[in-house]
Amino acid sequence: MDIVIYGTVNSVIFALIAVGFTLVYGVSRIPNFAHGSIYVLVGFLTWSFVNDLKINYALAILVSLIIAAILGFIIYRLILIRLRGMATSEIIASFAVSLIILEGLRMQGIAGFKGFIGPFYILQPFIEGKLNIFGVFVDYQRLIIIGGGFAVVTFLWFFTHHTKMGLSLRAIAQDERAAMMLGVNSDKTAMISLAIGSALAGLAAVIILPLGSVTVEAGYKVLIYALAVCIIGGLGSWAGAVLASFVIGFAMKISTAFFGAVWESVVLVGTIIFILLFRPSGLLGKQKELEERV
Amino acid sequence: MRLLGEEKRKKRLDRSIKVRSEGLYALSSWGEMAYLIMPRVVLILGLLVLPLILEMYWQRVLCSAGIYALLALGFDFLAEYVGLVCLGGAFFIGAGGYISGLLNAYFGWSPLLSIPIATIVGAVISTLVLLPCLRLRGIYFAIVSFMFPLFSVYIIIALNAFGSTEGISALANLPNIWVEQYLIIGAVILSLFALRRLVIEDIGVIFQSIKDNDQAVKASGINITAYKAKAVFIASLIGCFGGAYLSHLYGWLGLSLFAMDFSILPIAASVMGGMGSLVGPVIGAFILTPLSEALRGFGQLRVVLYCLILIGFMVYKPEGLMNYLERKYHQFEHWERV
Repeated sequence: MDIVIYGTVNSVIFALIAVGFTLVYGVSRIPNFAHGSIYVLVGFLTWSFVNDLKINYALAILVSLIIAAILGFIIYRLILIRLRGMATSEIIASFAVSLIILEGLRMQGIAGFKGFIGPFYILQPFIEGKLNIFGVFVDYQRLIIIGGGFAVVTFLWFFTHHTKMGLSLRAIAQDERAAMMLGVNSDKTAMISLAIGSALAGLAAVIILPLGSVTVEAGYKVLIYALAVCIIGGLGSWAGAVLASFVIGFAMKISTAFFGAVWESVVLVGTIIFILLFRPSGLLGKQKELEERV
Repeated sequence: MRLLGEEKRKKRLDRSIKVRSEGLYALSSWGEMAYLIMPRVVLILGLLVLPLILEMYWQRVLCSAGIYALLALGFDFLAEYVGLVCLGGAFFIGAGGYISGLLNAYFGWSPLLSIPIATIVGAVISTLVLLPCLRLRGIYFAIVSFMFPLFSVYIIIALNAFGSTEGISALANLPNIWVEQYLIIGAVILSLFALRRLVIEDIGVIFQSIKDNDQAVKASGINITAYKAKAVFIASLIGCFGGAYLSHLYGWLGLSLFAMDFSILPIAASVMGGMGSLVGPVIGAFILTPLSEALRGFGQLRVVLYCLILIGFMVYKPEGLMNYLERKYHQFEHWERV
């Protein structure tokens, strides 16, 4: 029973991490390698706001999410806008941004900045305590993750299918030229998608990070998980990402339960390679021009 | 070059000597031959003379610069001539370094034997590992290749093998500093000119066309995965040599062979030197490595600095140093009124 419950929690964590990345890639075709770094940055920002500036927790979260969105906006406006369409450069540049943020957080000694090193940065859970479900104790934070994950996915589905902004995002994803002819500003839309994607990475961070401590290394891990989910699900495929996060979440949970925690990452690589061998475009990914990607 | 409000524009013309030295006519005079040969000779002699004029400390730096140059060459070749953006250069270093180091530590083989074997075995392993991902294109491949060095670290920790987190120290070193330096410089020169030749041979043309339009190559009845595998094999041969050499250079192997530095610095060097020129990445590596060595005291700031250089070049000078120099060498330019 605990495999089912914790597997679900794990899967929802993967889904939360990956939705932002999928949204950005699906719309602007920009692989946002800065995803993991924004995740970690939001964790640290929230921590600093709460502990250094003594701001209310909820307000701190809100402010850091807004900062994340602005950061996504800036990354696109200053750097990626000049590199649109050059896949190699986009990857390298966004990867470089990611490294600047992550290694910058670890940097010590400039302007009295101590560097975020070590497992001392802990965010509080929203609600303390545990709940007994079918004989398994689950803390409230994990339930919040499940609820939050479903809420985010549902909200995004609704947003991309029933609002004007969301529809224009999908229009750009499907056919940029046609969308531009109908008056959708491609750069503006991509900028907004990057801002939303970054905010989603931040949202995932504030929901998930209270389970453990905030570390810089988590940034690389999150990037890998997001990429793994997207590759397995098919890059840019919406339903695929959710399906893939359940596949990975349960595969990892089951392997941890039977073989031990060290095998987690091995199972992850194994799953990726196995799926790529049989379905190179991912579980639900199709390389069609007019495929629905968001 | 501003388009609006300016009545000037830049005009570029090939130098006459460039035109004269194209084709067989180059043989017509010493001047033309010198024009063709000089840049190559300057590069080779420069690299060969460097060990003689440097101090002990910088000689070691030269050795590691050579390793980064090899990686940068491999990256540039894969990215610009085959269309595979490989963000996981560290995997090649790790594969080569671990195999060579383990052969030396467990069986006591001399570095002169273990380096060549590690180069080939490491390249075979890297190719086999990357084989399932070769069906992927562009971004997809970049993402997967980026994961391999990180996962190798997890796997080594999980298996608790090969010295696990501490690594293995006291491996045999190469005979002396001169062998160390000239081995790596020889490798850089050899692989540079070999790759330059390779990309204009038939196989190079196939590689290029895979990059440009893989469906068309497929339609011509050519197995693109096989060719991509060959290209990866060539690049990993170069990278694994660097790794095998590295583990004997420091007499140590450990998880930091898979460090991010080996993936990111070659990319920065390629972008700085000029992607697609093959020479550019080598020059970029020989500029960036001493720079990062001088900044060793700053710790993590180094990585931040590479990335800033990387983004700066990418956004403001996307052609890179080498393409710029090449243009200056072959062409003269002047402003003319429109």
